[in-house]
Amino acid sequence: MAMSETLSYLRRGRGVRRHSWRYTVMAWLPLIVLLIAWELTTRSGLVTPFMLPPLSAVFGRIMEDAASGDLLTTIGTTLWRALMGFGISAVAGIALGILISQYKAVRWFFDPIISVGFPMPKIAFLPIMILWLGLFDVSKITMIAFNAIFPVVTATIAGIEGVEKQIIWSAQNLGAGRKRLMWDVLLPAALPQILTGLQVALPIALIVGILTEMAMGGYGVGATMQTASRMADSPGVFAGIIEIAIVGYVLVQAMAFIRRRLLMWHPEALDATAA
Amino acid sequence: MARWTASLFRYSPLLILAALWEAVAQLGLVARSALPPLSDVIKAWFALAVTSDFWFNAVDSLYRTFAGLALAVVVGAAIGIAMASSKPVRAVLNPIVEVFYPLPKSALIPVTALWLGFGDMSKILLIFLGCMLPVTLGAYNGARGSEQTLMWSARSLGASRWRMLMDVVFPSAVPEILNGVRTALATSFVLLVSSEMIAARSGLGFMIGFLGDGGNFDAMFAVVFTVAFMGFIADRLYQYAMQRTLQWR
Repeated sequence: MAMSETLSYLRRGRGVRRHSWRYTVMAWLPLIVLLIAWELTTRSGLVTPFMLPPLSAVFGRIMEDAASGDLLTTIGTTLWRALMGFGISAVAGIALGILISQYKAVRWFFDPIISVGFPMPKIAFLPIMILWLGLFDVSKITMIAFNAIFPVVTATIAGIEGVEKQIIWSAQNLGAGRKRLMWDVLLPAALPQILTGLQVALPIALIVGILTEMAMGGYGVGATMQTASRMADSPGVFAGIIEIAIVGYVLVQAMAFIRRRLLMWHPEALDATAA
Repeated sequence: MARWTASLFRYSPLLILAALWEAVAQLGLVARSALPPLSDVIKAWFALAVTSDFWFNAVDSLYRTFAGLALAVVVGAAIGIAMASSKPVRAVLNPIVEVFYPLPKSALIPVTALWLGFGDMSKILLIFLGCMLPVTLGAYNGARGSEQTLMWSARSLGASRWRMLMDVVFPSAVPEILNGVRTALATSFVLLVSSEMIAARSGLGFMIGFLGDGGNFDAMFAVVFTVAFMGFIADRLYQYAMQRTLQWR
């Protein structure tokens, strides 16, 4: 899958940090140059401050919001919704994946729903969700979970079905019942794939969370950015982008860290470069 | 005949859901304003399909998606291959890609609206920016994986750097690029619909919001399902075309 390679690429990128600090500075240099170029372009007057406010002004805005406590509320609200939705999609997605892999009837029912529903732009259902569940947290979190659950379910099914038959037979020979087989053999063996599914689902949760806030309001980074955009307050818009970029980066790194921790026993942990 | 019944059996859960929808709505188990009967939604779709308005909005949406996507594929693939084949390019772009990749792309909607307004261009830019990185990473991974022996053979046969790129590196990156494009295709529909719902004056996403605000829920449901199935059909067509393209493998 394209996505797992992406993630392995991101993991690989972090190997850099084990080198000296000078290496770290070198690795981040292009980004620093980009930020300086941003500041200089806006100061030179090549673009209007409306199109691109100076980086210093944007940082000033972030600092202001941080001092007044708005920053914490905004980011906290977005994170709470995104992580709630993600958590629901993780639990329900893994459970559904297990049921589909174990019971023929469940598979028969959900297989076409998932294969038709996965590639759909489910965000189009947002007005229907508003109609049913209103404008507040419940409809936002439901929308997030509805979007993020698909990669979790398919990854869980693929993971469980990819477990080597010999391992299953050995466990059965040693007298493992259905339950023990699931908890002690199938799920641990499927964990790398399940984690990959979760790593795909987490950014989706954040994307959809911000979209629901933009469309429905109700605090959060998305709503703040949308208000700023309507008021032609460009430092506010760019402050939102930088905040959410940092949040996204930290979340993706945190997931990769959890993956390394959970899979310490797995051969992939020994292979520093490969997927 | 057997194949036909087999696929009927396979997709029957969808038919059951559709029948359930119709039954629940007809029996009045839920309010009509929350769930109009499926038959009314289908009627509303046919009523919409004879209006030119619907088709103008559909053409606007498709134009935005494919213009943005085409730009993303061309530029994204070029950048990915450049990153794989040149060390300085990689050193410069790697940290930028690593930081921008996890950025939730929907956060760009207000910025593109700020820059380019509510028209086509802001959607095209949004889809271009939002869909480029999966293609870039696909091209990068694919081009890095091109076999060293092939490169050596080409070089010893006197191929120039440019010819090597075009005849060896690019073809070997194609499968991964196509995978990246599939991710990009899905992303493009999400960005299209949401940006049209949030900041636009035309397009199917705009129509959804417009019809919903007007309380015309039959038609709104019809457009929502149109958009959802457009995304689904685009993915299926793409998969089919991809299998055709990769037959040489």
